[in-house]
Amino acid sequence: MLRVRGLTRLALGPVDLEVADGDCLAITGPSGAGKSVLLRAIADLDPNEGTVSCTSCARDAVTGPDWRGRVALLPAESGWWGDAVAMHFRNPGGQRNLLGQVGMPAEAMGWDVARLSTGERHRLALMRALERGPEVLLLDEPTTMLDSGTTLLVEAMLRARMAQGLSILMVTHEAEQPVRMGARALWLEGGRLSASAQQGVGS
Amino acid sequence: MTSYVSLGYGDLALASVFVLLNGVLSIWLGLGLERRLAVAAVRMFVQLTLVGLVLKTLFGMGSPWMTALWVLVMLLFAGREVWARQDSRILGWWGYGIGAGAMALSAGVVAVMALGVLVRPDPWWAPQYALPLLGMILGNAMNGVSLALDSLHRAVRREARAIEAQLMLGATRWQAARPFLRAALRTGLMPIVNAMAATGIVSLPGMMSGQILAGIDPGEAVKYQILVMLLIAGSTGMGVLLAAFGSLYRLTDSRHRLRPDRLGSSRDRR
Repeated sequence: MLRVRGLTRLALGPVDLEVADGDCLAITGPSGAGKSVLLRAIADLDPNEGTVSCTSCARDAVTGPDWRGRVALLPAESGWWGDAVAMHFRNPGGQRNLLGQVGMPAEAMGWDVARLSTGERHRLALMRALERGPEVLLLDEPTTMLDSGTTLLVEAMLRARMAQGLSILMVTHEAEQPVRMGARALWLEGGRLSASAQQGVGS
Repeated sequence: MTSYVSLGYGDLALASVFVLLNGVLSIWLGLGLERRLAVAAVRMFVQLTLVGLVLKTLFGMGSPWMTALWVLVMLLFAGREVWARQDSRILGWWGYGIGAGAMALSAGVVAVMALGVLVRPDPWWAPQYALPLLGMILGNAMNGVSLALDSLHRAVRREARAIEAQLMLGATRWQAARPFLRAALRTGLMPIVNAMAATGIVSLPGMMSGQILAGIDPGEAVKYQILVMLLIAGSTGMGVLLAAFGSLYRLTDSRHRLRPDRLGSSRDRR
């Protein structure tokens, strides 16, 4: 579960939202509406006001690193601090199964980051985030750089995680994605969240 | 003490012929360095001449307060120099204070220990010993600290995504910045490590050469040089460590967020 109350950051908010255990909430809206800012603020990566909590704790009650271990953010562009893919995982050997689920070969753990395509980077960054076993996953445009077949694979993998209790808050541009994920959709524009998801599509 | 050849100002003018030659070379090859070369040479001449006068006066006065005042002036200038040499700086007083504070602490501790325990002049703050010693220590600490801070601030600017990627996975600010902190410390310490390794064979250190030229026995000059090298290495290491950790402390916050907003924009030098 993720509960956000009165969250503000610069021009964003106040934002209230709630995602139940095993649920998915999708946020759409025009570019520059503050969608990525919202996800970063929930993950406490930028200074912000408001109360945020997940099932196990309130954000203010734990340290920043502890919070981000429970509420993991996958940004639109992932960062890499080492040369080898395996360096970015706690247990590179245990990823074989998950690699197959997102359509990547088992050898990928032996690759260098420099040779990864954008789509491969993004899937590996998703695996890296899931490896820490978060309660809540914040996804920023999770499948924009993937082809349609791979997108379906990743969505299926995420739905399997939701069935185990993972809550997902995603920002997406794809109109069909919330439907496939069985997600409620909200509209973010001018820093404010509104319930009518389909109202302003194309505006 | 014994015999040494005293220099006249005419000799110095003659020595500047070689720098003039460099200037001509720069104009001829279109390097665009002649102006900066001239300014630097004139600054060097004026600053050293003035410092000679100041030191002569201070030595004559033998006052602890005036000596302390000059030490303060040296520290403030060193802090400014560190601040000026960074490509992008921390905003506000922190930007000046971290470098200056780290140097004041590390050079101060090392200099006081050297004077009070090792060299032991009478009185311990005697300006003839305190000022040259502090000058050499501070000059090197200044180099190390400015290199380390420049490297760290560049990394925070350029590798922000890599640092934040680790933060997003639940790393603390110290874990997330470790590779870049390590690179900064290495950069800051490299000059003194290289200087210690190459000294004597490739280069004769300036201080020792100066003493030998001024007629001191080489054996004595070498002992002083070793002492000074060790003091320099010690204070540079401490200063670099303090400054880098201080800077990282300021560029992150208590919620372990990266705060590049506290860093000024990088400017193109030249």
